[in-house]
Amino acid sequence: MSRLVTQDLIINVPERHDGTALNIAIEPGQIWGVLGPNGAGKTTLLHTLAGLNAPRAGQVLLGEQPLETLRRRQIAQMLGMVFQERLDGFPATVLETALIGRHPYLSLWQMEGADDYARAEAALEQLDVAHLRHRLVSTLSGGERQRVAVATVLTQAPSIWLADEPTNHLDLHHQSAVMALMAQQAAQGSAVMMCLHDLNLAARWCDHILLLYPNGEACWGPRDTMLVPSALESLYRQRLTVVEVEGAPVFVPIKG
Amino acid sequence: MTARLWQSLSLLALIAIAAMLFSLAVGSAQLSAAQLWAVVQGQGDALARTMVIDLRLPRALSAFAVGGLLAVAGALMQVLLRNPLADPYVLGLSGGASIGALAAMLAGVGGVLMSGSAFLGALLSTFLVFGLAHGSGGWTPSRLLLTGVVVAAGWGAVITLMLALSPADRLPGMLYWLMGDLSYARTPWPPLLLLLLTCIVLIPLGRSLNVLARGPQQAAALGVDVRPLEWGIYIAASLLTAAAVTTAGSIGFVGLVVPHMLRLLLGNDQRLILPACALAGGTLLVLADTLARTIIAPEQLPVGVITALLGVPTFLFLLYRSR
Repeated sequence: MSRLVTQDLIINVPERHDGTALNIAIEPGQIWGVLGPNGAGKTTLLHTLAGLNAPRAGQVLLGEQPLETLRRRQIAQMLGMVFQERLDGFPATVLETALIGRHPYLSLWQMEGADDYARAEAALEQLDVAHLRHRLVSTLSGGERQRVAVATVLTQAPSIWLADEPTNHLDLHHQSAVMALMAQQAAQGSAVMMCLHDLNLAARWCDHILLLYPNGEACWGPRDTMLVPSALESLYRQRLTVVEVEGAPVFVPIKG
Repeated sequence: MTARLWQSLSLLALIAIAAMLFSLAVGSAQLSAAQLWAVVQGQGDALARTMVIDLRLPRALSAFAVGGLLAVAGALMQVLLRNPLADPYVLGLSGGASIGALAAMLAGVGGVLMSGSAFLGALLSTFLVFGLAHGSGGWTPSRLLLTGVVVAAGWGAVITLMLALSPADRLPGMLYWLMGDLSYARTPWPPLLLLLLTCIVLIPLGRSLNVLARGPQQAAALGVDVRPLEWGIYIAASLLTAAAVTTAGSIGFVGLVVPHMLRLLLGNDQRLILPACALAGGTLLVLADTLARTIIAPEQLPVGVITALLGVPTFLFLLYRSR
């Protein structure tokens, strides 16, 4: 099990001031939610944590080692990323797509074995897309594609999950299913961080929250200290009202 | 997957061998199967032996090598640019090679000098496109593609200018070179070795290419070192194309049509597609060249005309039938 730590990290959003340097530690078993308005840099933050974008300053440690000293293959064996946008330039079936999650574990001459197929099939089963296994991904609906993308990372079986709006395009049932999957992964010792637009999903499923403001300022901590209506109102520049359902706060925007 | 891979490749190899034998037997003078068999065993009359071993075999091997190189280069370019319309010539490479070759012809030199001039032209064009597309920021597939298309258009104008200014007695040779002609091929071994070497290097990289086809970020997240791989593909595809163009002029459609036909038939696993491209591209060009030198024998047609005439309807049919 590994943890992801940022040391004085400043993400590189073009034409923006440095803002708050991030010193966070995503520990095994934790589920972090990143909240912020459009353009606050949520995706840039996740890409920086995955080593896909270079930070402007500071560094990211995976386990005890700085990301830039690790090979991409080593990173991919520990850290998985659900992207918000995907390219489907060439046709590929659902099963083939899930199988590429095994890429970091296979050597150059090795073909996928029975074990790899079993993992991919199990992941597709868990995301409720196994019946589509021979369909081309390009022929699926947005929500089905999203579930295939999550299944690919589940096949990759990382101990750190970074998910960029994993509930995009999903209906209510599958939103809950994907969030429950994240909770299950955390319960099994993974560290999870996801960007969310839905405050209520964050309130319900995350135990830590990072608020990201458009000017680069940020604050973070345990959920209950962060989900304060006044802070959220200034974050989204939207007045909110709060009700409580099943012990969790539910935030509703006020009209006008 | 492994079983399917070997089945498909064995079948394609058998077809390639059959095409090869066909091209050895057919021509301005036909040989029967018995005569061909005698030659293969090292017997038969001297005339048949000379015809098969000294004339037809080198040419058929050259055709196979060139077809294979073009198809593999096309498949690589399509993955690199993540654009199904890319072909080996999309980055202006054949234009550069053509100008090198035509300049040599205008200067009245042939043989090795002309091949060298074509090769230099191809490399020059490659570096020009890559340098321009790189610019001050990094290159992206769409920038590379646009730069290549524009540079190719520029070469096209220069080629037309050269044709317009050249003396009438040199024109047929130049036009044949532009349409691709295997009678310029001398020894088949350099392109054939290059093709074999490329396949050996590419097969273990096939899975990385599969991941790369899903975009650079997804590939990096799954453990692929994207930049070195992209550079490698670019250099490999350019070298393969330059070798093919130098051997036989610019032959169209093989690099675009063969990878697509195979993707429609076999799916999109590069571990299968790349060696399959080498075999099927080679087979297509062997057959096309055999037709080119038999249809109006003893006169010859430019092989590029045949690849286009065969490739276009086959491709359209497969596309129409596909899902």
